[in-house]
Amino acid sequence: MPVWQAIRRWFDPSELRSVGTTPDYRFSLANERTFLAWLRTGLALIAGGLAAAQFLPPLPLRHLREAIAVALLLLGGTVAVRAVDHWARTERAIRLGEELPVSRFPAVLALLVGLGALLLVAAVLVKGLGG
Amino acid sequence: MTTRDPGLQPERTRLAWRRTALALTVVTVLAVRLALTGDVASALLAAAVVLLWAGALAACWDRATGSGPTPVGPRALPLVALATAGLALLSVPLVLRAMW
Repeated sequence: MPVWQAIRRWFDPSELRSVGTTPDYRFSLANERTFLAWLRTGLALIAGGLAAAQFLPPLPLRHLREAIAVALLLLGGTVAVRAVDHWARTERAIRLGEELPVSRFPAVLALLVGLGALLLVAAVLVKGLGG
Repeated sequence: MTTRDPGLQPERTRLAWRRTALALTVVTVLAVRLALTGDVASALLAAAVVLLWAGALAACWDRATGSGPTPVGPRALPLVALATAGLALLSVPLVLRAMW
């Protein structure tokens, strides 16, 4: 599906409401809360990036702090955009009685966050041992 | 309203919107704090961040304060998500400017 068509779908509630049948409103609200939980996950990553930029002491590698901050910011923005796309696709699937969309994204995000944490542990240890 | 909803879904959804608005506000405060370096470009970026925050709050106001199970159309969702992505993108130059 072209990108512009996906974006148009996010913003066009009548299009979303024309397909399939209207489900029990509780399903729609649960879908909406899942979207909000993802959005807060994205906001937490963005807050982490902004906090790293202003509260972390300089790290042993030059500009590592800023690199971490920018990576967290971009990751957070990606999470927010993917959250609304996933919400729209889930809403469609619920209305059409189809299987809910599956996604590799949560696994990828978890691996990235875990990897980033390990790298930071290594950076802290290098700084602590190297003095 | 046909039957009483024992799961209190509308209330839970409204509270989820309020938590999200709170998180948006925290991010905005952090971004503005980072911009307090005194240069004009950072101040302009901070102004854009505050505008995005106000727009996002306006978009989610009905959902965070309404009483019905399904208030206005779901346009608030993409608006708030794109505002969040915009906050992230505006923050990148803020971080880079604060470095020098």
